[in-house]
Amino acid sequence: MDSALATTDPADLHAEQEHGHVSLPQHRHHFETVEQQREAGSFGMWLFLLTEIMFFGGMFLAYLLYRNWYYPAFVVGSNQLSVRIGTFNTMVLITSGFCMAIGVWAAEVRKRSLLTAMLVTTTLLGVLFLSLKYDEYHEKYELHHIPGNNFNVSMFTNPAGYGIKEAPLPPDMAQKTQVFFFLYFAMTGMHALHMIIGLGILCWLIPRARRGDFSSGYVAPVENFALYWHFIDVVWLFLYPLLYLINRHPMH
Amino acid sequence: MTDQATHAHVNDLEHAEHRIVTPLQYFFVYIAMLALTALTCAAAFIDLKWANAVIAVGIACTQAAIGALFFMHAAFQSRLIKLTIGAGVFMFLVMVTMTMSDYISRSWGMW
Repeated sequence: MDSALATTDPADLHAEQEHGHVSLPQHRHHFETVEQQREAGSFGMWLFLLTEIMFFGGMFLAYLLYRNWYYPAFVVGSNQLSVRIGTFNTMVLITSGFCMAIGVWAAEVRKRSLLTAMLVTTTLLGVLFLSLKYDEYHEKYELHHIPGNNFNVSMFTNPAGYGIKEAPLPPDMAQKTQVFFFLYFAMTGMHALHMIIGLGILCWLIPRARRGDFSSGYVAPVENFALYWHFIDVVWLFLYPLLYLINRHPMH
Repeated sequence: MTDQATHAHVNDLEHAEHRIVTPLQYFFVYIAMLALTALTCAAAFIDLKWANAVIAVGIACTQAAIGALFFMHAAFQSRLIKLTIGAGVFMFLVMVTMTMSDYISRSWGMW
């Protein structure tokens, strides 16, 4: 009785053979068809991504509120970020998303080496993004623009002294730039953490792809990982204008 | 027998046929994404008052929609998955609206 789950009823097995039912190795017995299994997988992945929307959404909501309350502080904080690096990084992420999409196609049409090449390219672009992000974080560290005890507001109360064309902020508003930088580090930091996790999964997918695991009709892991990777890209597409481009026009 | 036939028909409607998006289609999506990024960056340097933020968020939403529909294949999924995605996004908007309406009405008439 207790082994009922593990054993297959000989009658069932016989019926299966009679109908000429070809069972693929990845096809789990509790799904009627491979297609149903695949859809259930996509459905589960989308549910997970919806929880991620709620997770990032909380931070976007905090951003929306504080941006309305401390708008001048958000403007000068935003103008301290490098548009050049931000825009380039956006392009890098979109390109990595494109490579990932081609990778899914390669898995579908069973091109093993193309799939591996695309996964490797996606990884390299992800690493490029993170190294530029590291550069940006390091600059903020050197300028004492990381919120906390060592935060330095002098660049915002006396911008002329640093050669910055910006109206000086009153001391209380200048302190609120910490809120901007806190949200900047929280949002881009969580985004970067998701990318690091994604790169970890890629390092697991690449050897499997090379082995040919995903080029014989079994694409679900590649497909679902692609959903995750594209989702991270989409989050960045919101972060980029909201953090880097709040108010760039007065300077030009 | 009729039951089985009806069942099969319903299944056809409910389960979208698996579709493979071609690299050329992905390439068009890719170009559109890059063009919109350039557009959002350029628009930020022009003074359009309150419209700057609206344009920035509008372009980001367009990019997100394109990404979800084509890169993430939402356009080719079953109705169940489409409805689930829509419900999730709608729920998120409800939560933002409720929270914001609370904050806006906290000091109603005291400004």
